[in-house]
Amino acid sequence: MTLTLGHYLSLGAILFALAVIGIFLNRKNLIVLLMCIELMLLAVNMNFVAFSSYLGDMHGQIFVFFILTVAAAESAIGLALLVLLFRNKSTINVDELDALKG
Amino acid sequence: MDAKTGFFYLFSVVLLFAAFRVVTARNPVHAVLYLMLAFSQASAVWLLLKAEFLAIVLVLVYLGAVMVLFLFVVMMLDLNVDHLRQNFWKHFPLAALVGVVIALEMAYVLMGGFRLQTSAADAVAATSQVSNTKALGLLLYSEYVYPVQVAAVILVVAMIAAIALTLRRRKDTRYVDVKDQIHVKARDRLQVVKVAPTQAPQPAAPAAEGESK
Repeated sequence: MTLTLGHYLSLGAILFALAVIGIFLNRKNLIVLLMCIELMLLAVNMNFVAFSSYLGDMHGQIFVFFILTVAAAESAIGLALLVLLFRNKSTINVDELDALKG
Repeated sequence: MDAKTGFFYLFSVVLLFAAFRVVTARNPVHAVLYLMLAFSQASAVWLLLKAEFLAIVLVLVYLGAVMVLFLFVVMMLDLNVDHLRQNFWKHFPLAALVGVVIALEMAYVLMGGFRLQTSAADAVAATSQVSNTKALGLLLYSEYVYPVQVAAVILVVAMIAAIALTLRRRKDTRYVDVKDQIHVKARDRLQVVKVAPTQAPQPAAPAAEGESK
């Protein structure tokens, strides 16, 4: 049994589903929510790399390169916001962030 | 089942286990460490897919920089984990249902529709003399020059934003205002007083009188 493209895509799908479950479970802990977003991005990148490899098209890997760049920027700003939030509110509990009464 | 398939299943199992521990770990520090394990396994899977450059970038940039940033932030925050984990498993049945539906639907479509067995990357690698890194670089710096510049700008903006958000000036420390220091003129600091050279001693009487008043 050789590896097909479907194997890699299924791995990405399961990884994405695990990240979704993580968002459900850790709905209060902001920092684990950020980690779940990183896992989702990893699943997406896995699909891109798999397609790029099996179709012999390098453009998919270029796309992964840019996704990695944007994800790094996003996590840097997200963590900065998190630090700021903790400094002002002394908590990262999502339930307590109700200043806007949303 | 050849060695490549065996390695794929090994890396996949470790990757999925690590991802599961990321979302269920009690201690956030453990969650970050499991996330690092997950990313390293993903990089190994990418090596199986002959995406060497991206695999190395994932280890260097993601494990080396972003995850360490996560680790620092998690360690700096004094978290009350018990409070955050109240009703942790309450929505697990719904979450598991959603997750299983997503995974099964996607796996059904993917395993049914994508039975590509011959990796085109193998054929490309066999015919061309260019390594993965060089091929990526050739594309990146010819066709994608403009997006690369935009990505660089995004990184600079992210860096400035992160610094500006977290920079805090303490009120109880004294600091030098560089602007004021540069703009100061000599005449603000130094006053030249014309002092007459040695004068002939005046009659002392009026001075003494003035002092006594």
